[in-house]
Formats: sequence, structure tokens, C-alpha cells
Amino acid sequence: MTERYTVNESALGALVAAIANSGRRVLGPKKVAGRIDIGELTSFAELAKDGQSMVSAKGTVFPKVERLMKYRYAGKDVVLDDVEPGAAPTVLFGVRPCEAHAFAALDVVFNWDYKDKFFNTRLANTTVVAVACTQADESCFCTSVGSRPDDAAGSDILLSKLKSGGYMAEISTEKGKAVVALAKDVFQPLTGSADVVPAATVAPAFDAKALEQKLATKFDNPVWLEQSLRCLGCGACAYVCPTCVCFSIEDEADTRQGHRLRTWDSCGLRMFTLHASGHNPRDKQSQRWRQRVYHKFAYYPDRFKTLGCVGCGKCSRACPVDMNLKQHLAQAAQTP
Amino acid sequence: MEELKLKAKQLLAAGTVKVVIGYGTGTGDVRRPVFVRSADKVDDLVFDGSCTQNLATYLTKVEVRAMGRMAIVAVPSTLRSILQLAAEKQLREENVLALAMLDGSMKELAAFDAIEETVATIPDAISATDQAMMDKLTAMSVGERRAFWAAELNRCVKCYACRSSCPMCYCERCTMDCNRPQWIPVASHGIGNLEYHMVRAMHLAGRCVQCGTCGAACPIGIPVHLLTFFAEGTVRRQFGQKGGGSAKLDYAMSTFKPDDKEEFIR
Repeated sequence: MTERYTVNESALGALVAAIANSGRRVLGPKKVAGRIDIGELTSFAELAKDGQSMVSAKGTVFPKVERLMKYRYAGKDVVLDDVEPGAAPTVLFGVRPCEAHAFAALDVVFNWDYKDKFFNTRLANTTVVAVACTQADESCFCTSVGSRPDDAAGSDILLSKLKSGGYMAEISTEKGKAVVALAKDVFQPLTGSADVVPAATVAPAFDAKALEQKLATKFDNPVWLEQSLRCLGCGACAYVCPTCVCFSIEDEADTRQGHRLRTWDSCGLRMFTLHASGHNPRDKQSQRWRQRVYHKFAYYPDRFKTLGCVGCGKCSRACPVDMNLKQHLAQAAQTP
Repeated sequence: MEELKLKAKQLLAAGTVKVVIGYGTGTGDVRRPVFVRSADKVDDLVFDGSCTQNLATYLTKVEVRAMGRMAIVAVPSTLRSILQLAAEKQLREENVLALAMLDGSMKELAAFDAIEETVATIPDAISATDQAMMDKLTAMSVGERRAFWAAELNRCVKCYACRSSCPMCYCERCTMDCNRPQWIPVASHGIGNLEYHMVRAMHLAGRCVQCGTCGAACPIGIPVHLLTFFAEGTVRRQFGQKGGGSAKLDYAMSTFKPDDKEEFIR
């Protein structure tokens, strides 16, 4: 049952302070040296209110490096030491609805056939306060993947700017209510409608369901080679993406002890599918590019009944050679 | 630009080249690499001040080479990369045709000699912004510089956009992906990031044409190009040799000369 409040702009500073005082760290998009990074927010003023961060906030639940366990030799025995996830209570403040939406796509993998304690502990300790978008850019395509710039799905609290100043706050979870309780005076109960600033206009670029069906017959189509000629095969798109979840396991050790790490990995990298035999089933960039598209738009819906993409456009903005995913998908959807 | 399109049209129609690697219009205001393979698509090509990315990295891309003889729209750094690739035996003269874009006009350069001559007339240019940053870093104490790079490289996610966009990083098996032995940690923690960037800078010292494409490629906004600029600059000062000056190999880091002025080597 969604609770609705209004919050004054000036009161949001008090909210951020109250959250920090409760022992939670506040992370959100902030301007640093001309970029927008995800960083520690000490005030509401620090929040970047236009645009979105280049990297996603997935690092709060799925860090780029995470220690899973340690081991050491004790005489002839090997001793395994479990590692507890370092999950500081966190409020993600000021992320976009697309970002909030993305945690579900990570969740289906991390709770698939094995319940990942690292992801789950971190997610349980993370509260998501999203801000609805009143502007979008040419890379955005949330409306093509079943979402909207003012979608509350996935957020514990959604803030929408009011025409008169301040924000409407929609609280849809217990976690959200717990944050409200930290600064009750800041939240004024709202009855009736609120005059919100209209959400950004994001014209749909393709129909995701139709695309999924089309992909079923386009595996050997030359369009993948065409689209991937400029692709450099780096991991930029996968690493900034809030839904990309592939990882590698690395051991770092000497002759006495070591630890096992989980790190981000990308299907765009050549070595992703390289076998120990030397065979590589995806040896060409076109195969790897096709995999990215199919994984997010065909395999994910087939297996998990949800898309593996939230249309945030971070991949397109981060790509050194402008592999604009929205354009590529619109083209693929129209491939005869 | 019209000169370029006309030339591309002629080359493709006659089959003299099988692909023209150039710049096209991307999302919003950006320029992106395009691969024009038929004469009726030359209008995809654009050229203006925003075309700065070094496209030479595609000259060693398997899928592009497989097309046949390549023409490439070349800014000065691309010409230098062609020379360095030639020196390292990664390019054959008959497989590449440079369409040099200099001071608003196009010059067709087929032979490596011709490219060398042209490159010799173009002054090396590091942008004012980059030079200012390098001066700032040079003026720092070692401790300050270490803190600067530790903070920057901590943000690195090991996406390898820098390596992938660099024309000189063409190795099919990068030494830093090797795990028997594991030369450097793969993981993107502090030391893993630092060692990767240090090794890359050392592998480029004497080979780097200072195009800055690696820094522009970084999605995190780390000025990684400054590391290779510094390494390259050091080689130029200390050895008088440089990356991208000649189609004949002149590589300080792997050349021993009997008249080396250092005594310790004897």
C-alpha cells in the first residue's frame, strides 16, 4: 500500500543528515570534476539533479571486487575461512527509476538456483530512494522496455518534483517507511492529487515483445556483423550497466595462503568464452555483440520472465565508439 | 569533406579498396567510426573538428582486415600509428591507403615513405589542456603524485577500453591476461589497477603516438593517456627516439647499440 507525502526542498537537507546520523551511508549521483559519479553524499545540495551517473549503482550490491573466502595452509591441512559480506547499511539517494528497476534483474540471477549471501546481505541493507526524470537524452529508452521516467517499481521511495517546488514522495515498502521514520517532520502526508512536473517524454523506439520474437529467427543474420564492426570488445558497456551480472572468480595466493575473489566480467571480452583447450565458441566480435543483445532481450525474458535491460542508456554513453543500444535494437527489430 | 567523399566513391567503385574506414555522425553531436564498403554509402562519411579519435586500431581488427585493402581517413595521429604499425610488421603497404586530412584538405598517401615525409612536416601537438595537466603533475611532489594517481586509478573498473581503443595494443594475447604465470592481478582493486596501467605505460614507452584516444575512451573519466604521454615523453627526451616517426623500427626499449653511452652494460 503506497503512502504519499510531500517534502520541501529545504527539508531534504535535513533528511540526508538524518539518514547519515542513523549510521547509514548515503550514496548517490554527485558531480565530481565535470562527471557524475556515484559517491558519498553529505548534503542534498551535492546531489546531481540533472542527468545520470556514468556508472551504475550496482556496486553497492555487486561490487567490482569482492572477497568470497580465504584459505591458508596449517601444516598439511588447508583451512578455509569464510568471509562475511561487508554490507554497510546504505541509502542510495537520487538514482533514476531505471536504476531502481535494475535490482530485480540482478536478483533473478543471484537467487536463481543458489542464494548468494553476498548479494542478498547487501541488498537487504540497501534502501533505494529514486527521483523521477523530468528530462531525458538521446540514449534513454526506458519506455521501450516496460518502464517510465516516473516508474516507482524497484524503489523504496520515489521522489517526483512538484511544480510549486519540493517533491512528492511515494513510499511503497517497509524499508522506505523506516527512512521516513528517521525524519518524520520532513514528510507531510498528502491527500488528493499533487501537481508534479511532467515526466520526461521518451518516445518508444521499439517493442520489446516483438523484438524477442524477431530475435528467435535472426541468429545467423548479417546484421550482427554490421552493427559490431566498430565495437572494440572492451567491457565498458557491461561494467556501467546496472543489470549486467556476469562475474569471474579469481584466486590470489602465494604458497602459504590466498583468497578467492569475485570480479566483474563481460561477454564482450574475447576471453569470456575462451576454453582451456584454446577453442573459443565466440571468437568473433559479432558473436559477442549478438550475445549481449540476445542475453538481455531473448534469453532473460525466456528464462526469468523479465528483460535484462532497463533502458537507462548508460552503455551508449560510456561506449568509446558510440554503440547506441537503442539504435541497434530499433534496427534489429526492423530487420527483414 | 566533399573531396574525401568523392575520393572514397572512386576508390570503392573501382574496387581499389574494399572498405573506407572513416568517421560518421553518431548520437547527438558525437562522431563514431564507420566502415563504408560501397560507393553509394559514401555520404555516411563526415569530417570536421570533432573527428579526433584515432581510427588506426581498426587496421588490425580481424573482421576489417578480412574485407581486403583498407582506406582510412587519417588525422595526424592515425598517420603516425600507421608508421608504427608498419615498423612493427603489423601492416603491409599494399593493404592500407591513408586519406590524410590536413588543414582542411585531403591528401592520398599510398606509400609508407610518403606518410613519413608528410608526418615529418606536422609538429607534435599535445593539447593545451593535457599539457597544463602534465605540468601540474610534474610540479607535484612524488607523494602528491602518488596520491593523485592512487585516487584516480582506484576508480578504474578494468574494462580495458583504453587497451581496446589503442592502435598499438594489438596483441591477441595481452601479457596482462596471462595467468600462467599471473604477472599482475586481474581484479580491479588498487594494486591490480595500478599495475595494469603501469605495465601498459611501459609497453607503450617509445611506441605511443600521443593521440589521447585511450583517455577519451575511458568511461570513468580517468586521464590514463597522461601516463602513456609521460612514458613516451621520457623516451623521446632520454633516447631521442619516438613512436610513429618512421616505418622502420626504432624502438628504444628493445634495441641494443654497441655504442650505447652507458658503461654498466659492458
